[in-house]
Amino acid sequence: MNYVKRILGGNIRQYVMIIALVVVVLIFEILTGGILLQPLNISNLIQQNAYVLILATGMLLCILTIGNIDLSVGSVVGFVGAISAILILKMGVPVGIAILLSLITGFIIGCWQGLWIAYIGVPAFIVTLGGQLIFRGLTMVVLQGTSLAPLPAEYNFLAAGFIPDITNIQGFNLLALLCGVIASILFIINETNKRRNRKKYNFEVTSIGVFIFKIFAITAAILAFSYALALYRGIPMVLVIVVLLVLIYTFITDKTIPGRHIYAYGGNPKAARLSGIKTNKVLFWVYVNMGVLTALAGVVFTGRLNSATPKGGYGFELDAIAACFIGGASTTGGIGTVVGAIVGGLLMGVLNNGMSIMGVSIDWQQAIKGFVLLIAVGFDVLSKSRAKG
Amino acid sequence: MGKYILEMRNITKTFPGVKALDNVNLQVKPKHIHALVGENGAGKSTLMNILSGVYPHGTYEGDIIVEGEVCVFKFINDSEAKGIAIIHQELALIPSLSIAENVFLGNEQADKGIIINWDKTRARTTEMLKKVGLNEHTDTKVMDIGLGKQQLVEIVKALSKNVKILILDEPTAALNDDDADHLLDLLLDLKEHGITCIIISHKLHEVTKVADEITILRDGATIETLIKGVDDISEERIIKAMVGREITDRFPKRKHLVGDVCFEVENWNVFDPLDATKQVLKNIDINVRKGEVVGLAGLMGAGRTEFAMSLFGKAYGAKISGKIKKDGKELVLHDVSDAIKNGIAYATEDRKTAGLILIDDIKRNISLSSLSSLKKNMVIDHNMEIKIGEDYRAKLKIKSSSILQKTENLSGGNQQKVVFSKWIFADPDILFLDEPTRGIDVGAKYEIYTIINDLAEKGKSIVMISSELPEILGMCDRVYVMNKGMIVGEFAAREVSSEKIMQCIMQSNKEVVK
Repeated sequence: MNYVKRILGGNIRQYVMIIALVVVVLIFEILTGGILLQPLNISNLIQQNAYVLILATGMLLCILTIGNIDLSVGSVVGFVGAISAILILKMGVPVGIAILLSLITGFIIGCWQGLWIAYIGVPAFIVTLGGQLIFRGLTMVVLQGTSLAPLPAEYNFLAAGFIPDITNIQGFNLLALLCGVIASILFIINETNKRRNRKKYNFEVTSIGVFIFKIFAITAAILAFSYALALYRGIPMVLVIVVLLVLIYTFITDKTIPGRHIYAYGGNPKAARLSGIKTNKVLFWVYVNMGVLTALAGVVFTGRLNSATPKGGYGFELDAIAACFIGGASTTGGIGTVVGAIVGGLLMGVLNNGMSIMGVSIDWQQAIKGFVLLIAVGFDVLSKSRAKG
Repeated sequence: MGKYILEMRNITKTFPGVKALDNVNLQVKPKHIHALVGENGAGKSTLMNILSGVYPHGTYEGDIIVEGEVCVFKFINDSEAKGIAIIHQELALIPSLSIAENVFLGNEQADKGIIINWDKTRARTTEMLKKVGLNEHTDTKVMDIGLGKQQLVEIVKALSKNVKILILDEPTAALNDDDADHLLDLLLDLKEHGITCIIISHKLHEVTKVADEITILRDGATIETLIKGVDDISEERIIKAMVGREITDRFPKRKHLVGDVCFEVENWNVFDPLDATKQVLKNIDINVRKGEVVGLAGLMGAGRTEFAMSLFGKAYGAKISGKIKKDGKELVLHDVSDAIKNGIAYATEDRKTAGLILIDDIKRNISLSSLSSLKKNMVIDHNMEIKIGEDYRAKLKIKSSSILQKTENLSGGNQQKVVFSKWIFADPDILFLDEPTRGIDVGAKYEIYTIINDLAEKGKSIVMISSELPEILGMCDRVYVMNKGMIVGEFAAREVSSEKIMQCIMQSNKEVVK
């Protein structure tokens, strides 16, 4: 174990997650007789799970602050979906403005909950449990118990659209492959730079073999993935959204002061406050951010469904929370990464998708996802207590 | 059975890097009240924790002999079985449970199996409450009675376990004088009933009033045992034994370059944030000069930490009133970041719970309070952060594998150096250091003192809170003495002594009584 730890540079947890994802993908690829990794299904997988990935990104920040969670996101997804459908279908608001107003709705909801949590001091669990009931109720009120459909194609573009290709080759999307190649090159440059920097300061680095293997494996994965996209209809619009979010939030959490403040607050709120961090403000903005991202997820989900329903978004909070914890976030706060949450979300997505293809019923899917969550967090707890003992 | 009910022989206890007890001997006669006195850090609590099994057998050297029998205590239960009970300074009661429930917590009265016999519980509790003179109903919740009465409930709890030796750690520290008197009378009464008491106390007038024998500890060693009626047990005599140590070169020298007054606090009043009627700090005036090291001496609970934190952007307290002036200009500090911006910093006494982000590495802890100075176009300059981390690691000699080591894996002294690095990097003009060397071994202490001296020589002003008088005497240019939320004395370095500080505190205690 120590040997493994040394060659991986002491960061087992992250690798375990990725390895687990790969293993699950391979298992389902075999079990589904190769359907899982068909180009069509890969596109589907992304479009189906985009909302969880978006929610998980916001949820991660909530969880980073002393393990707070947001139970209201499922209801807010439904509510925002209802608002945008009403704006477009009943009030004739142009799609772009309707989406903007939906995001503003999310912003206001975030402010509302953030106010209660950060400034009035009601535990986040209670505030968001209240929010879950409030916004589910309001969704039914504004929709008057019925669904609104269909939505215009421009609205659905975010969820179901594809980026148009630059060339016009039949059955092959060059743009997708090109993006894959560019992403691979950027990845290699970035990793090499990071490694050089660490070496410069004499920090521990992974052995050169592991490093090359890692670069090779991930580059291969990116290229294979983009090739698969190219064979179908190209780059799904939601993929662009998710990738942008991952980049932006990784940047924020890793490199900016607000990001650092979130981690510090989660690591030790008392010490953070005595270091001059305005802890209320941190907590408030984390929930505002969650509100906006939830609204975005609401728009994406409603577009994917092509209708706003009173039950829309039901139970999504649990998927998002599970994704973060499977992805290595600590239940006590201060530990976790955006990439981890995304990997956790993808793992759940592959499980869902794979089991659906195999014809496993929804009830069993739920149960199995529950087990995966338990095992992932249990593993984390065990490995930590062993490290201490 | 020998002459003593309890003997502790040649007890030596070592914590990583520091010898807390060195060949300590304690002999307690049956049906006596035995007082244990000494300065903070002299080893009293450690000794009692060994006796009660908090530090299990095997983690120390030496023997515990109870009623002529060598005992091996592995758990607290083992010592309780021998009739030894300890009442800690921090009461171990559950506020939301009733008196009866608390008394029999962990020792529930059941006839058979797991079903509690509440009648029996209440009857026995009532009986014992009478014994200690506590006139409360057994179903009253502990949070609804005052501290003095809570203390009595703790004693009842101990009595319910058929205690023979009762240890009380600073039992009167948080009590008003009536309650304290009542408690002391109770101890005398318990003695009549055949219970031996060991009492740890800073309040020497109480010690001289009730104790039959007094053992004095200093620096983890027994100095002497004074016997009532045989030896002189005046307060002066005890104080001399407590502090009478020669100060050699445990403190590095510094050039004293004291400048003009740069920081003043006037008429500072603060109330308890949990109880707005309780005034914690009363009319405090202090001033600090440039390049000066000012000591805040006092016993634990004197209000020094609360004072420093209330100045530090109202990090503690409610209804704060008074003026803070820096370089003659009045400051209004709404929160901690205001204080930091205005060049005031406070390094907490509680490194682990309030000073460090333990799950973060050294460099991230150092940079935490000054991230904006590491900013380059919105982004934290990681290379700069690393460079700063390395600088301080070298300058303050932080022993670690690298600046990426998590602070939870560092020793106490090195953790303190990280806290210091953080505040030095924040570049304050006035730095409050709360118990800067608590729990740190002698070598690291010297290094910490050197850092403090460097800062003072560079013109920074230091306010050092310390419960270790030698440290105050060795380091400070000037000393304020605090007691019960007030400044009760001020001494210049050349006129101050341990005796004077102690007398100052004792004197103010007496005045409050009058």
